[in-house]
Amino acid sequence: MNKEPKGMTLIVKTAARLTAGVILMYGIYIISHGHVSPGGGFAGGVIITLAFVLVILAFGKEFSMRKVSASIASSFESFGAIMFLAIALAGFLGGYFFLNFFINKGVPFTLFSAGIIPLCNIAISLKVGAGLFAVFAVLVMLKFTNGKDKG
Amino acid sequence: MFELYFLFSFMIAGAIIAVTVKDLLSSVIAVGVTGLGVCLTFLVLKAPDLAITQLVVEVLCLIILIRATIRTDLPFATTGRWFFNTFITLAFIILFLGISYIALLDVPAFGYPIMKVARVYLEQGFIRTGAANLVSAVILDYRAYDTLGEATILFTAVMGVLAVIRKKGRKKIGEIEEGQDE
Repeated sequence: MNKEPKGMTLIVKTAARLTAGVILMYGIYIISHGHVSPGGGFAGGVIITLAFVLVILAFGKEFSMRKVSASIASSFESFGAIMFLAIALAGFLGGYFFLNFFINKGVPFTLFSAGIIPLCNIAISLKVGAGLFAVFAVLVMLKFTNGKDKG
Repeated sequence: MFELYFLFSFMIAGAIIAVTVKDLLSSVIAVGVTGLGVCLTFLVLKAPDLAITQLVVEVLCLIILIRATIRTDLPFATTGRWFFNTFITLAFIILFLGISYIALLDVPAFGYPIMKVARVYLEQGFIRTGAANLVSAVILDYRAYDTLGEATILFTAVMGVLAVIRKKGRKKIGEIEEGQDE
């Protein structure tokens, strides 16, 4: 219908539109259940990055970069790093670095358990996901500028 | 143990193909085969956390490598003193294998490590942290300092990439010659 020169074919676009949200949801599940089941912040962050990478590959750079740019991803990464460090420093409330400072750690085998571990998972996922997405976005933009300079 | 040897030979074959093949895209896919072998090895050794992480990182690396290599087919330098090069390579491989065989004689047997520290984690980890997944209890509570260092490494790497490949402050095509004169 709308003939955009960038991006892949209509089949790929439709499949990406259907699956990107599911991949994002799976990444959030991996992060939030990192202390109960296999997974964790690093893997979940990379899965969230892959959802954004799928959108970039299917719809082209110009469409995707209007929503999320590399600088926004970079600031998210810095926020994740500061959050992780703040959790670590908050352990000094009880005495030492990285103290699991929750007195009531919740019921085991449920979502709200294990003290600071879910918070650390969220911080690491923000850092890893946004950082790797920033690297990918910057590499994509580099390809774009090089092609423009040559042509 | 048999499946481990099968996976190892699979990974070694993938690595050799990745080095020797001429086409760059085939080389990238052979590297992906090696990474998939690492992922399956983690699954066989009952480490699902590492398997998930390895799989998703492998997919992302494959996408980035294909994006970076599919347009530019780099030339290969195949000419040269091939006899001398092959001789030196084989000599270094034999030297490395000999030294590593001597060094690995002191390592404990496979699967039977000296569990002085890890036994405490296994016995008290669930009670003291409340995390059902003991791997995350170790990496985010007992060994959180190491995780902080790893996060710092990744942060520094991303910061370096963003600093090298940036749009603002780069010189245009015409200014490069002037910059080189100075």
